[in-house]
Amino acid sequence: MFSEQNIAAVLFYVFAIIAAASALGVVISRNIVHTAVALLGALLGVAGLYFLLQAEFLAAVQLIVYAGGTLILIIFGVMLTSKSPFSRFEPKRIEVVAASGVAVVLAATLGLSIHRVAGKLAAVNIPTSRIYPIDQLGLALLGDYLVPFEIVSVLLLVVMIGAAYLAKGRRR
Amino acid sequence: MPGLFAINAPTSQTLFQIFSGHAPALWQTGLEDIVGMSLLLGFVSVFAMFCIWWERKVAGHMQCRPGPNRVGPFGLLQSVADGAKLLLKEDLIPKDADKFLFRLAPYIAFAAVFAAFLALPFGPNLTVAPGLNVGVFWILAIMSVEIVGVILAGWGSNNKWSIYGGMREACQMVSYEIPLGISIIVGVMTAGTLNMVTLGHLQGGGLFTWLIFRNPFAFLAFFVYFVASLASNKRAPFDLPESESELVAGFHTEYSGLRFSFFFFAEYAAMFVVGGIQAALFLGGWNDPFGLLGWAYHNATADPAHINAIYVLLLNLGGAAIFVLKAMMIIFVQMWLRWTLPRPRIDQVLYACVKVLLPMACAILLGAALWQLLVPDQQGIPWYDYRPFVWSAWRGAHAGLIVQIVLMFIGLALLGSIVLWVVRAFLSGRNLKQRLTDPSPILPETAP
Repeated sequence: MFSEQNIAAVLFYVFAIIAAASALGVVISRNIVHTAVALLGALLGVAGLYFLLQAEFLAAVQLIVYAGGTLILIIFGVMLTSKSPFSRFEPKRIEVVAASGVAVVLAATLGLSIHRVAGKLAAVNIPTSRIYPIDQLGLALLGDYLVPFEIVSVLLLVVMIGAAYLAKGRRR
Repeated sequence: MPGLFAINAPTSQTLFQIFSGHAPALWQTGLEDIVGMSLLLGFVSVFAMFCIWWERKVAGHMQCRPGPNRVGPFGLLQSVADGAKLLLKEDLIPKDADKFLFRLAPYIAFAAVFAAFLALPFGPNLTVAPGLNVGVFWILAIMSVEIVGVILAGWGSNNKWSIYGGMREACQMVSYEIPLGISIIVGVMTAGTLNMVTLGHLQGGGLFTWLIFRNPFAFLAFFVYFVASLASNKRAPFDLPESESELVAGFHTEYSGLRFSFFFFAEYAAMFVVGGIQAALFLGGWNDPFGLLGWAYHNATADPAHINAIYVLLLNLGGAAIFVLKAMMIIFVQMWLRWTLPRPRIDQVLYACVKVLLPMACAILLGAALWQLLVPDQQGIPWYDYRPFVWSAWRGAHAGLIVQIVLMFIGLALLGSIVLWVVRAFLSGRNLKQRLTDPSPILPETAP
């Protein structure tokens, strides 16, 4: 009963339920700060799923970049721009109906397509951290994938400079 | 250069594997994890209580007064009394507070800090998650989730002092994560691995193999990390988020009783984690300065068929004691700074981060990278791959060895001067005229 498969399945369901329920909370919650907190739950759930896939580095990066950086930025933005701590979303009924319709269609499409291919996909040799340890990842980033790495760094630099310029304010 | 070759570390086994001699079944691993985490929870709680007592004693002695000395011998049971008081306090939630966030915040803060204990290497077989190949990075990542807990506490209290505290703390902790991360990268670059247990093994060859002495840039990175970790812990002089006497109590103004003690525990646990990272990454981890533990451990586990499990357990416990001692020395220096330095403004704090520490950290990173390229380093784990006290074993890396020994003497001189300073202050402070003596006990006859 305690085989590795079963434990992995149980953990998968735990993390998946955390991620899905939090994502649902993000969408359903009326209080804007609660949506940001629910986003934290979603990010933690996805990090757990990455750990289950043996992608340890990716999980840690998810935590440090998303949960520790992006989410804090979102919470900051939400807190500093909300008119009162208790401002609530009030969606109109037509918006709720349209959004639910789109969501149901999307869920049905995804469910049917997954159901159709389940069990028929060949097992893929996914590189896990046992096959590609961290130093190999570093070597790949600076070796085979150097150009995309440098382009992304330039992009981040441009973003930082742009943000600093925009936040500087006008000279009088 | 380290990293191009996979480090041939001794396989990180847990104590169960050492005792049973074979790879454990999955349920045994699970049980071992549960036992490990429960032990850690107990350790964190007891340590936080001890740390609170110690902080008050240090504060007292630095302010020429005795500190708690009534409850128990030397006031040691003061924390127990405080704990009992906090448990019995009324659980107060302000009427207009956001109840969900108010309740959730302490748990996020404490859980995030406690999860960092998973990777702390208390001993070569005493780590809860020895196979976590991103150990250092995991600690950094999960500690950044604590920031969310503190912000939510500030916001959820619906109190302007708390919101100011929460905002300041978010700015400060997030900004200081950059020099923190860069100085950790310098240490990791010097070592060549992110696995905390391997880092401990790498430093087992004596004082000059400690990572802080490998590289003048790692030496500097230690101090940059120390300053950045002060800010990341909300520890003075960067304790604006909880600035006592300025913001009432900052982000935890409205918290009382057990909820407040969660934040308190999270703070002291974070201090231990940060001290633990410095001990594991820079100061040799569980190793003693003479390399004896590394040598004894290598001899004990060299032959997998004949391992004396009790002896290995004793070595592990000794290593754990040394590790905790090193972390506590760092915590002592943190407390010392708290009761010595005044508190800067938030813009001065951020100035220090972005305009002083960050360029310094980047320059150190560049220097460390160049050093790695130009100065050949000794590969491998001391005692496993080479004998550290033999000159010929360092062939090809003699320049690096000389630099390490020179840095070691500089480090010892620094440490020695600090210790001498403390001793001199202690001896000369005993006769200070303004020292408060213990007030006379209240006698029943003289009570009004």
